[in-house]
Amino acid sequence: MSKILIRGAKVLGGEPQDVLIDGELIAAVGTGLSAEGAEVVEADGKVLLPGLVDLHTHLREPGREDSETVLTGTRAAASGGFTAVFAMANTFPVADTAGVVEQVWRLGKESGYCDVRPIGAVTVGLEGKKLAELGAMHDSAAQVSVFSDDGKCVDDAVIMRRALEYVKAFGGVVAQHAQEPRLTEGAQMNEGVVSAELGLGGWPAVAEESIIARDVLLAEHVGSRLHICHLSTAGSVEIVRWAKSRGIDVTAEVCPHHLLLTEEMVRTYNPAYKVNPPLRTERDVRALREALADGTIDIVATDHAPHPHEDKDCEWAAAAMGMVGLETALSVVQETMVETGLLDWAAVADRMSFTPARIGSATGHGRPVAAGEPANLTLVDTAYRGQVDPARFASRSRNTPYEGRELPGRVTHTWLRGKATLMDGKLT
Amino acid sequence: MQRHLISAADLTRDDAVLILDTAEEMARVADRPIKKLPTLRGRTICNLFFEDSTRTRISFEAAEKRLSADVINFAAKGSSVSKGESLKDTAQTLEAMGVDAVVIRHSASGAPYRLANSGWIDAPVINAGDGTHQHPTQALLDAFTMRRRLIGADAGLGRDLDGKRVTLVGDVLHSRVARSNVDLLHTLGAEVTLVAPPTLLPVGVETWPCEVSYDLDSTLPKSDAVMMLRVQRERMKAAFFPTEREYSRRYGLDGDRMAKLPEHAIVMHPGPMVRGMEITAEVADSDRCTVVEQVANGVSIRMAVLYLLLGGKEPAGTAHLRTEEK
Repeated sequence: MSKILIRGAKVLGGEPQDVLIDGELIAAVGTGLSAEGAEVVEADGKVLLPGLVDLHTHLREPGREDSETVLTGTRAAASGGFTAVFAMANTFPVADTAGVVEQVWRLGKESGYCDVRPIGAVTVGLEGKKLAELGAMHDSAAQVSVFSDDGKCVDDAVIMRRALEYVKAFGGVVAQHAQEPRLTEGAQMNEGVVSAELGLGGWPAVAEESIIARDVLLAEHVGSRLHICHLSTAGSVEIVRWAKSRGIDVTAEVCPHHLLLTEEMVRTYNPAYKVNPPLRTERDVRALREALADGTIDIVATDHAPHPHEDKDCEWAAAAMGMVGLETALSVVQETMVETGLLDWAAVADRMSFTPARIGSATGHGRPVAAGEPANLTLVDTAYRGQVDPARFASRSRNTPYEGRELPGRVTHTWLRGKATLMDGKLT
Repeated sequence: MQRHLISAADLTRDDAVLILDTAEEMARVADRPIKKLPTLRGRTICNLFFEDSTRTRISFEAAEKRLSADVINFAAKGSSVSKGESLKDTAQTLEAMGVDAVVIRHSASGAPYRLANSGWIDAPVINAGDGTHQHPTQALLDAFTMRRRLIGADAGLGRDLDGKRVTLVGDVLHSRVARSNVDLLHTLGAEVTLVAPPTLLPVGVETWPCEVSYDLDSTLPKSDAVMMLRVQRERMKAAFFPTEREYSRRYGLDGDRMAKLPEHAIVMHPGPMVRGMEITAEVADSDRCTVVEQVANGVSIRMAVLYLLLGGKEPAGTAHLRTEEK
């Protein structure tokens, strides 16, 4: 493979440096580097980050190829600066066997745009009744280490306890979608002042918080590792903060949209804003930002959830829940966390690359930008500001809540093991 | 007036009084031998009902016909999802046939708002009840009934409901009638009190422009009008209250409770009533109960709304209403 010299990049937001890629690895980081015959990329003050890692992506294949495929989803990932994504298990058929996770893993390898790490279902068919063959999925070529029924909550306390215990044998982690099902029957939006006015079924914060409280106590009792998907309330933050102070081995993620948008958007009845968990209040948004800054929340994960146009071009109650997020995640984080002074770029690298890779055991990802490391890199033009245009998405779906909104930052280059997947903003 | 009527909250005080005054004019038409005005001749109005509602649909239809509009009734039972065809496609199909206005009833809160604001169709949209959100013409006909009874048909012209004390009792949580009434009555200057078991009040009700009480008996003596909301028996199953009998004992209106109302106070109900549940037969059949009047007033209000949205923007008055066919 050829050599690439990235000249004048602010590595993790620091002073401009040169980074030399040789083959699949970073050969050198320093100033005044030169290399015979290397392709030169003038970074010109852009920020260089380790390739982003998304612990929560819905690639929809197999089963819903009308909304996304592994290929289109990984192209969207590369556009957004990601070099590894964890594919959620709620496909058709459900990724609850070694066969399905291997299929997704193989499709990821064939796509070549980013590494795909399948997540296995905790229970057969996501039904919450019977454990899926977690060990078989781990032992398969896909080497599954993250298990989740995402979209559905593992609400049976005994099943959750067993899953937490069982995956210890091979260093796995259960990622819980915290949603008490009885408290959210018919739920359409955050329960509070706005739902009362709009007449939409309320989705109370306590439905999320009660499950998180139960699960951190279960994790403590059995000495297991627990990951909480898409935290959305100030109360959830308090519980995770308390759990961590007790030494409970829990990690948590927040989605970009929960850092930026509030339930006020639902007043438009536009299903672009319909998502699970729902958009919450201004107070929750503040608490989530602070928690991500102080490390109570460990990572940002997109919950990229593609849906076909017709599933959003309808009345609120009939619409599907979810938003695409891979191609806007970094911009939203820059808007909400960097430009507000809550995080610097080194901390963004931690929340969007180092830590998610560690939680998901994504070998070769989330590594320092240093000589000898795999050349998984993302170059960001942080000075850019522009309107979000869904027509330009690489994703097959366009269900973004940010259409027409001005956001900062644009990923111009992504390298996966030394190979450019995105160059000058264009997929290779 | 706006182009659409989606929520009672969208009406200013002057909008609302104009509608009530126009409805008084319309009510006089009902007293004539020929109950018809040519105002909307040649216009086509579609009643698009995704939810069963015979009385509201008939009320709109009567109003449309009295204004000489051509009427299309489209009863699409069940949601657009179960039907397979989307709301958007249904609405666009109707507009392609030359519909000038759509009256929509839908089980999904916000469906009329989506129809009016998504660029799917251009025609004015009138909300005939959406989910547990709004039912603005119901609130208007209720306000009209109160103004007539508590102030007077002629004396009330140009006036709002300033200082009138209105109590709404029952399943506020699931009630679009309650939401619309709270909004409109507040706009018209009335003082509203909601009475319900705490389970049937929405979280967030504390921000509404009204009082909330769990005690019906202490509220009745301070009411000029009491409006009983329908309580569906199925609510029991979801543990909103223990039994039908207990609900009736604590929140139902019977003769003894009615006696606690001031002499002039009226009893209202949007219908359909569940006799024996929220209201006894004795109360329902008494002179103070305005249920039948509300139905009659509903036609006048809907005529007024259609006239103002489709017929003209100027204030209505006899001078503007051509009352004879030429």
